[in-house]
Amino acid sequence: MPVVSIEKVQRLRTLAYDIRRWVIEMTYRAGSGHPGGSLSAAEILTVLYFHEMRLDPEHPRWPDRDRFVLSKGHAAPAYYAALALRGFFPIEELYTLRKIGSRLQGHPSMDLPGVDMSTGSLGQGLGVGVGMALAGKLDKRDYRVYVLLGDGELHEGSVWEAAMSAAHHSLDNLVAIVDRNMIQLDGPTEEILRLESLEAKWRGFGWHVVEINGHDVVQIMEALEIARNVKGRPTVIIARTIKGKGVSYMENTHKYHGKPPRTEEEYRKAIEEIEEARRKVYEEVEF
Amino acid sequence: MKKWSFESQRVAYAETLIELGKKYPDMVVLDADLSTSTQTARFGKVYPDRFFNMGIQEQNMMGVAAGFATTGRIVFASTFAVFATGRAYDIIRQSICYPKLNVKIVASHAGITVGADGASHQMIEDLGLMTTLPNMKVFVPADAPQTREVVRGVAEEFSGPAYVRLSREKVPTVTDGHDFDLFRAQVLRDGSDVTVIATGLLVAAALEAAEMLKGDVDVRVVNMVPIKPIDREAVVKAARETNGIVTAEEHNIYNGLGSRVAEVLVEEHPTPMRRLGIPDVFGISGGGWELMDYFNLNARGIVEKVKEVIM
Repeated sequence: MPVVSIEKVQRLRTLAYDIRRWVIEMTYRAGSGHPGGSLSAAEILTVLYFHEMRLDPEHPRWPDRDRFVLSKGHAAPAYYAALALRGFFPIEELYTLRKIGSRLQGHPSMDLPGVDMSTGSLGQGLGVGVGMALAGKLDKRDYRVYVLLGDGELHEGSVWEAAMSAAHHSLDNLVAIVDRNMIQLDGPTEEILRLESLEAKWRGFGWHVVEINGHDVVQIMEALEIARNVKGRPTVIIARTIKGKGVSYMENTHKYHGKPPRTEEEYRKAIEEIEEARRKVYEEVEF
Repeated sequence: MKKWSFESQRVAYAETLIELGKKYPDMVVLDADLSTSTQTARFGKVYPDRFFNMGIQEQNMMGVAAGFATTGRIVFASTFAVFATGRAYDIIRQSICYPKLNVKIVASHAGITVGADGASHQMIEDLGLMTTLPNMKVFVPADAPQTREVVRGVAEEFSGPAYVRLSREKVPTVTDGHDFDLFRAQVLRDGSDVTVIATGLLVAAALEAAEMLKGDVDVRVVNMVPIKPIDREAVVKAARETNGIVTAEEHNIYNGLGSRVAEVLVEEHPTPMRRLGIPDVFGISGGGWELMDYFNLNARGIVEKVKEVIM
């Protein structure tokens, strides 16, 4: 693990809360959207966009850029916030989420600068990532491909087609990240259709598996660093997260999978809690 | 009856792929464990680095094709029509058509002439599935020379998704490949009484039917290669200049050529019309051409429809 300064870690943790604030802001204004799975992915997106990935927001189609596929397309609010904060498009545009005429579609569309793949129908992102990674190998380009999957999404058979394919082609330039928040639209994943042992499943498919706390930016950075050094096979990071992380009444419930704050009061409470957590980033010295 | 020479569309496809592969050094070809049937294996022999046998994973093949296409290259993906369009439909919709990626799906073994494999392998609704997708263009070459033209055309004339439908059987050569325009129908025989608009294998049958009716009914034969966007002008012209239209296709009677032609006529020039196709039933096992006769998808079937439309 390269040396990372406390300031950088604090900055990343702060940015994750900035993304969370935007998730609430955007979905509340839109009156729809998916806060639960957006909030759980905030640190993952932050580390990818502000630490890990090789990008140039001025040239979103730069051929040597690292690629990102949001296979769990419903986490679009968090994704858009990360892209805007990283400079791919004006931050004010975030207020247009899901509005008619907006580039910020309910699920990501490649019409928006920075979006490498249109997604929304679950189970498709990893296969696309395999294609991008194979193209990179063929073209002898050293870009890397990151695919963020939801855990419920792993029910889709096409994910496992892609997993088999990635290992067969020894795609060490491909990283899958599973946002393991344990909850899908209808309820807990383990009640609806059991996923465990996830680690054994991915290992059985020939992937290198790293399990981490998906809200710990240092662990995310370390896991991505490990993935960089694994040769000859793809790496999956199983990031244990909390659905709705950062907003007490949204945490660990499926009720806010696809519903924004319903009232002014809920909205204010969410913003207050997120701002409070953001302030605390600078008070803690635990790392 | 006219003696036709027969040639494989699949081989013509593979030869054209190799030609395009030479011209476009980053073009890739994908198949799903049917490459010795679709003939894409021939491309793989010449360009092993740019040929990917994805295994029996039609969904993943389309996803990978999409990923490849995001890097700005021409991507061909092939398997049997039934798997290419039915099995992988949602991936084609979400990951290829919605982002308008440059993936050319060339499917072989379309229609009932798959033959002995039976209904499970006989794709009779692929034109419906593919034409209904925004951004998708759909072509049915009538013979091997046109297969070469269509495959070149979809690769070189536009960027974006395309679906090309090929047959398993060797097919009668009805054109010489000259003066080909990807987006235009061809009048293969002029006539003033009735127009038969046919596609794929039924084009040869339409020409035979016209010959059978000679002296009795003067039949125009139009070969409709572009199913979407359909050549509206050719359809309207036929409706204006002749007294009835018959469509003929190796596809379900719903949502194929007949439906597309009817849509044009209803809006622009309502005309008496009959459709020859598979009457909304699944196929059965049998020889390819034997099944064409079983479903009356032949010159005789077309003659009957022509007579119906002018009665």
